[in-house]
Amino acid sequence: MAFLEVRGLRKAYVSARGRTPVLGGVDLILDEGEFVAIVGYSGSGKTTLVSLLGGLIEPDAGEILLDGAPVGGPGPERGIVFQQYSLLPWLTVRDNVALAVDAVNPGLTAAERRRITDEFIALVNLTPAAWKRPRELSGGMRQRVAVARGLAMRPKLLLMDEPFSALDALTRATLQDELLRIWGERRSTVILITNDVDEAILLADRIYPMTPGPDAVLGPPIEVGLPRPRQRRHMSLEPAYQKARRALVEFLRASHGTAREIR
Amino acid sequence: MRIKFHLTSQVILPVFGAACVVLAWALVSSTVAPDLPSPVRTWQESRRYVLEPFFKDGEMNQGIGRLAFYSLVRVGKGFALALAIGTPIGFLLGLSPRFHQAFDPIVQFMRPISPLAWLPLGLVIFQKSEPAGIFTIALCAMWPTVINTAVGVRSINQEYLNVGRVLKLSRRRMLTRIIVPATLPYVFTGYRLSLGLAWLVIVAAEMLTGTPGVGGFLWQEYNSLVYSHIILSVLTIGAIGFLLDRLMGLVEARVRVG
Repeated sequence: MAFLEVRGLRKAYVSARGRTPVLGGVDLILDEGEFVAIVGYSGSGKTTLVSLLGGLIEPDAGEILLDGAPVGGPGPERGIVFQQYSLLPWLTVRDNVALAVDAVNPGLTAAERRRITDEFIALVNLTPAAWKRPRELSGGMRQRVAVARGLAMRPKLLLMDEPFSALDALTRATLQDELLRIWGERRSTVILITNDVDEAILLADRIYPMTPGPDAVLGPPIEVGLPRPRQRRHMSLEPAYQKARRALVEFLRASHGTAREIR
Repeated sequence: MRIKFHLTSQVILPVFGAACVVLAWALVSSTVAPDLPSPVRTWQESRRYVLEPFFKDGEMNQGIGRLAFYSLVRVGKGFALALAIGTPIGFLLGLSPRFHQAFDPIVQFMRPISPLAWLPLGLVIFQKSEPAGIFTIALCAMWPTVINTAVGVRSINQEYLNVGRVLKLSRRRMLTRIIVPATLPYVFTGYRLSLGLAWLVIVAAEMLTGTPGVGGFLWQEYNSLVYSHIILSVLTIGAIGFLLDRLMGLVEARVRVG
C-alpha cells in the first residue's frame, strides 16, 4: 500500500456565472520519503490540488488516503508552505514558527518547545532575524520563515505550493539549494507544486506533468534519474537531466495544444 | 520620525479659512442677527473663563477648563462602557452566523435612534441624571465599534485563517493569535468613530439633564441670555472634539503599523 494514494480527485468551482471544472480526476501515488514535483502551466489548478490535499477544501469526487486512512479536514500532518508565504504580520519570525511548534507539541515543556523553535529557525539560517517581523524581511527571508514553519509542523507530508515563484532568480536558486540540503538531511515526503521545469528536475525524484485546465489531470510520471546529493552546477549537462527535461517539456507542449480551452 | 513642515499648507491656509468664518460671524452679528454677540464682545465676556480656566464660583459658574473636565470624565465613562459592550458584540456578530442572524437586525434598528430619544428612557430606568447620561452616551456611541469589529472579523484574510486551520489551533489560540490581532485595525477605527459620537452626545445629555459640564453650561447660559457663553461653549466643544479625534487617530495609526 502506498504512503499517499490519490484517486479520481475532481473539483469544480460553482459561481453565479456557471460551473468551472478545475480538476478532472487526478491520480497520484507517493511513497514515504519521496520528493515529487507537479509541474503545470499557471491557472491549470495546481493551487486547487494543494488545497484539496491539505484538506482546506472538499473534493467533488475521489479520495485521498494517507497511510491508508482517508483524510478529512486540514491538519498539521499535511503541512503547507503557501505561495504567498501567509506569515502572520503581527508575530515575529520566532513566534510564527513557534505557533506551529506549540501546536504540534502540546506535551513538551515550554523550554523544549523553545529549543525546537530555535532549531528550525537555525535550519533556514534566520537566527539573526528571529525577532523581526515579516514586513522587515525580504521576500526570500519570508519564504524561509514559511518553510521553517512548514517543517516545524513535522508533517508526514509537506505540500509546497509554488514556494519560490514570487522570488527573483538569484534568491530562488539559493532557496532551492537550501531546500535540497534540508531535504537531504531530513528526507521528508514532499509534494512540490511549480511552474518551473528546472526547479522540478533539480529537486524531485519524480515529476508529474499537469495538463492545462479545465478538467486538468496529471500525465504519466517522469523519473528523474539524477543521483543524490545533487549539485546545481554542471547538472544541465547530464544526460539524465536532459532526458527528463525533454520528456516533461514535450508532454506539456502537447497537452497545451490539445487543451479544449486555454485560459 | 520627522514630519515635513509646510508653512503655506499647514499654517497660512488654515488660518485664512478660520479668518473667513470669523469674518462671516462678525458680519452676521452686525447685520441680520443683532442678538448674536460679535467676536470681540464674545472674547470680552468670556476672557475670564478662558484665562482662568479652573475658577469655581458656583455649581454652574466655573472656568471652561473645569467644565470641559467634567464633560470629559462623563464621556470617558460612557465611551469605556460603549467599548466594553460593543467590542464583544462586534466579535460575536463577526464570528457566529447564528448570532448575526439573531442580533444584526436589532443592531441596525437601534443604530439610528437619537440620543435625545434614549435619555428620557435612561432617566426612567436610573432615576438619576448622571447614570442616565452615561447610559445614553454608551448606547449611542457603541455602534461604530460594533459594526467595524464585525466587518473586521469577516474580512480577515483567508490565508491567515488557513494557517490556523492547518495547525488545528484551539478556538482560544485561533482567537488570540489570529482573529483578534487581524481585526485590531478595524476595531480601533471603530473606537475613533465611537469617541467622536460620544462627544457629540455629551452636549445633548448635559443639556437635557442640566448637569455641570460644557453642554450644561451652554444651555444654562442660553436661559440666562448670556449668548457669548454659548459661542464660548461651542468653540470649546469643537476644539476638544478635534483634539480627541487626533489623539485616537494616533493610536489607530500605531495599531495599523503593528
